[in-house]
Amino acid sequence: MTTTETNVTSDENQPPVDPNAVTMSINGRSVVARKGELIIAAADRSGDYIPRFCYHPRMSPVGMCRQCLVEVEGPRGPMMVVSCMTPVADGQVVRTDTPQVKRAHEGILELLLTNHPLDCPVCDKGGECPLQDQAFSHGPGESRFVEEKRHYEKPIPISDIVLLDRERCILCDRCTRFADEVAGDALIHFTSRGNNTQVLTFPDEPFSSYFSGNTVQICPVGALTAKPYRFKARPWDLEKVESTCTTCSVGCRITVESSRDQLLRYQGVDSDPVNWSWLCDKGRFNFEAVASDARLDQPLIKRDGKFVETDWSTALRATAELVSSALRDGGAGSVAILGGARGTNEDAYAWSRLARALGTSNVDAQLGDGLPSVVYAYPQATIDEAANASTVILLGPDLKEELPVLHLRLRDASEKKRSKIVEFGSKESGLTRYAWKHTGHEPGQQVSAVRSTLTETAVVSQLGKGSVVVVVGRGNLAESPEFTMSALAAVMELVPNAKVLPVLRRGNVRGALSAGLGSGSAVEILERAAAGKINCLVLVGSDPLADFPDADLARRALTGVPNIVSLDTFMTTSSSQAQIVLPAAAFGEKDGTTTNLEGRVSQLSRKVTTRGTSRPDWMVAVELADLLDIDLGVGSVHDVFEQMVSTQSAFRPIDRTALKASPDGVLLAHVGSAPIASPVPDVPERAGFSYRLVVSRKLYDAGHNVANSPSLASLAPGAAIYLHPLDLDRLGAPAGSNVKAIGARTSVVMRVEADASVHRGTAWVPFNQPGGKVGELIDASALVNDVRLENI
Amino acid sequence: MARLTEENVRLAREIIARYPRSRSATIPLLHLAQQQDGYVSNDAMVHIGELVGATSAEVFGTASFYEMFKFEPVGKYLVNICGTMSCALLGADELIHHAEHALDVKLGGTTDDGLITLERAECQAACTEAPCLQVNYRYRFRVTNESFDQLVDDLRAGRLDGEIPPHGTVARVRQRVAADRVVGAVAPADVADGPSWFDGKAAL
Repeated sequence: MTTTETNVTSDENQPPVDPNAVTMSINGRSVVARKGELIIAAADRSGDYIPRFCYHPRMSPVGMCRQCLVEVEGPRGPMMVVSCMTPVADGQVVRTDTPQVKRAHEGILELLLTNHPLDCPVCDKGGECPLQDQAFSHGPGESRFVEEKRHYEKPIPISDIVLLDRERCILCDRCTRFADEVAGDALIHFTSRGNNTQVLTFPDEPFSSYFSGNTVQICPVGALTAKPYRFKARPWDLEKVESTCTTCSVGCRITVESSRDQLLRYQGVDSDPVNWSWLCDKGRFNFEAVASDARLDQPLIKRDGKFVETDWSTALRATAELVSSALRDGGAGSVAILGGARGTNEDAYAWSRLARALGTSNVDAQLGDGLPSVVYAYPQATIDEAANASTVILLGPDLKEELPVLHLRLRDASEKKRSKIVEFGSKESGLTRYAWKHTGHEPGQQVSAVRSTLTETAVVSQLGKGSVVVVVGRGNLAESPEFTMSALAAVMELVPNAKVLPVLRRGNVRGALSAGLGSGSAVEILERAAAGKINCLVLVGSDPLADFPDADLARRALTGVPNIVSLDTFMTTSSSQAQIVLPAAAFGEKDGTTTNLEGRVSQLSRKVTTRGTSRPDWMVAVELADLLDIDLGVGSVHDVFEQMVSTQSAFRPIDRTALKASPDGVLLAHVGSAPIASPVPDVPERAGFSYRLVVSRKLYDAGHNVANSPSLASLAPGAAIYLHPLDLDRLGAPAGSNVKAIGARTSVVMRVEADASVHRGTAWVPFNQPGGKVGELIDASALVNDVRLENI
Repeated sequence: MARLTEENVRLAREIIARYPRSRSATIPLLHLAQQQDGYVSNDAMVHIGELVGATSAEVFGTASFYEMFKFEPVGKYLVNICGTMSCALLGADELIHHAEHALDVKLGGTTDDGLITLERAECQAACTEAPCLQVNYRYRFRVTNESFDQLVDDLRAGRLDGEIPPHGTVARVRQRVAADRVVGAVAPADVADGPSWFDGKAAL
């Protein structure tokens, strides 16, 4: 005691000692480590590489492969321990390079190789294989094993995407641990444990996880391979560049890998604030769409009702002509721009500059399926803050379906007991089973659900325990977004110090809105278009006919506009109504920056040549402006970036140097102050015989990126109406049969299925599924939409 | 083949209630399934997964570790002939050869009438009584070709019904746990007090 006190007084000028730091020695050098850290992690930092197979920094250690043996000085002399299971300790003496350790490493490798087929020349992993590499660096060089190796059928498909070669497997438990611990889909498991242990699925229950691709990435041998990449390239032929995935707005860091100018693979990069190296299968495998034959490669112009190929100057001049004649005839208000949330910040900024120069405010990057951009005015939370909050309030979409990696982060927060999840929803979501509290509500009843749940004694005491983050998005496309906004206002009123993480789903929707592409509202623009008040509509990577919830309004709007120009990578349903279709450069074909849902700006990199003559969106905007005698003052994507960060207040903290210094990205500035709560609209009563419609998205849908990726296209579940099993009984229709769904305007015939995660009295329909017509049942101007079901 | 019957689901729930974590009931429920069908069917494993809150892959992963769970239908009687050292020295191979001929099946096969499945087993810990075999895990010692034929005759004629229940029967008497001694499906971490029957003070 006395000694400590003396120390405190004498070291007054010294920085305080970190109570969690321990000093240990690795190979004779002193290393400072954190309490609880594993020896292998400390050795990684000190530069002493310990070979390993099963250890993965993002999963719990299991000590399966025994490759990471090291010597630790003990009271009875040096002792072999597995460094991935042994935590550091003060004064610990670790050696990784003694002859005994070397012998142990060689022994384990010899053992692991006894049943390994050594078919490296035909194995996709050869060249980047931890087993191959470590057999060279730490192996004995030869084997004493002369007996016959184990033989299995190879490879067997364990899902639509992943194939398993059990001969190559070294049973490290990485994939099975990932499936159970990280993804929560324990659909693969060790079976027949013993001499014939093998990883398998249950018979006829494939490993249909949204995250199955990660197991391929973390497999330390070539046992798991993914269909889209099999036999396409050798690792040493791959060229790589780091980029950010824009499939959804989580913004996972990835490497984009190509060979012979063709995208072949995306791999997750471990970005601590964002994706922790995980990716969803949709993001990982939709590179196939970039190389799809269906891509547009030439500008198209409609002559006599048919598209003919043309060159860019003709197409752009014709576009400029359409825009200027619209300006002449109807003024700036007769020009509208929809879209821009699929591209880069630069794309969005260039188009928003052009819109401002034209004087139109009929601009929206969202398609009536998000929330008003005022949601960004609340105090903002980051993904990390959400995943470390003591309470997470979920108001909105099924994150597993829309933002899968954010789902993983929040699932981890709940599983590791950092956070308690309070969920509000009209349907159970992927996170419901991890939620501390799930309050179901009918569409439109969010506010009362929030008010009653958040005032319960247990909830109030939980909310008082620490930070609260509200994850808010659009959970139901068949109800007005006002309900969610009012519910958010109600939460903020009850928990004033909560922060908000808006989860709008389109890749760069936050960047597009921050860059100025949100001055109008898609619903109003389409209503004006349907009324014949829009002369020229520019679709920047948007497809209202497929993506706008109200199919009837989208149809009337696109018929009501005489001149449509579509800038897209594919010929969409909406593009086919256009006068001019311009081919756009896709992801992987352009440089720039993107903004994820938490406002993190990170870099996007070009890896392959653009398809045909297609151009990035920003370039089209700049050239179009030029033809309209507007000088945007930019000549390159760098110019656009510089102008954007100097003029858009939200982009202020960002500059080239900051981006270069931080590959994880830089957060946007917070702009605006918390909005005033809007009054709650009254919800009409539901007739006893009808169901209130809940429409939300599934990960795999009829969208172009999925539909044009052969590996993913077949995974969309297809159009159907899902009812609670008891409601289905009441209806008297057998599951799988067709029923007639009668909406306010029209009726459609759809398959009906039972699903216990649907609440009673509601009908859930996944949006934009192949063959689906749910848009016919949605009236965007209605507060909620009801549907009656009839047997046919 | 089949999911658990209603009666067995009732039993299953009773068994699950004995454990603090439902998953602990996986193996007892696998026994229940094997008792019901004579083997563990895929449907039963799916059903068990639903009951204990595990995926079917996890149930299968656990079940497939154990030799005594069968995943294909076996006969009413499972005859395991020991083939390890002592039995081998005292004629196990000849006995197996004889059994294959007498039953007209290969090792691992089931007779046409679905009565008997023949298997070779590792040491059954009855080396002093070699060669030995087990019928549904009931011993037969110092087996000769003649006593084997007699055994098959007796099994076919139903003379051993009293001694040897059909394959899968764990016990003919089921354990009952009084409701007040059942812990319930509550994780130990969530239990603040001891069980009602346990007086904490008695330990002091």
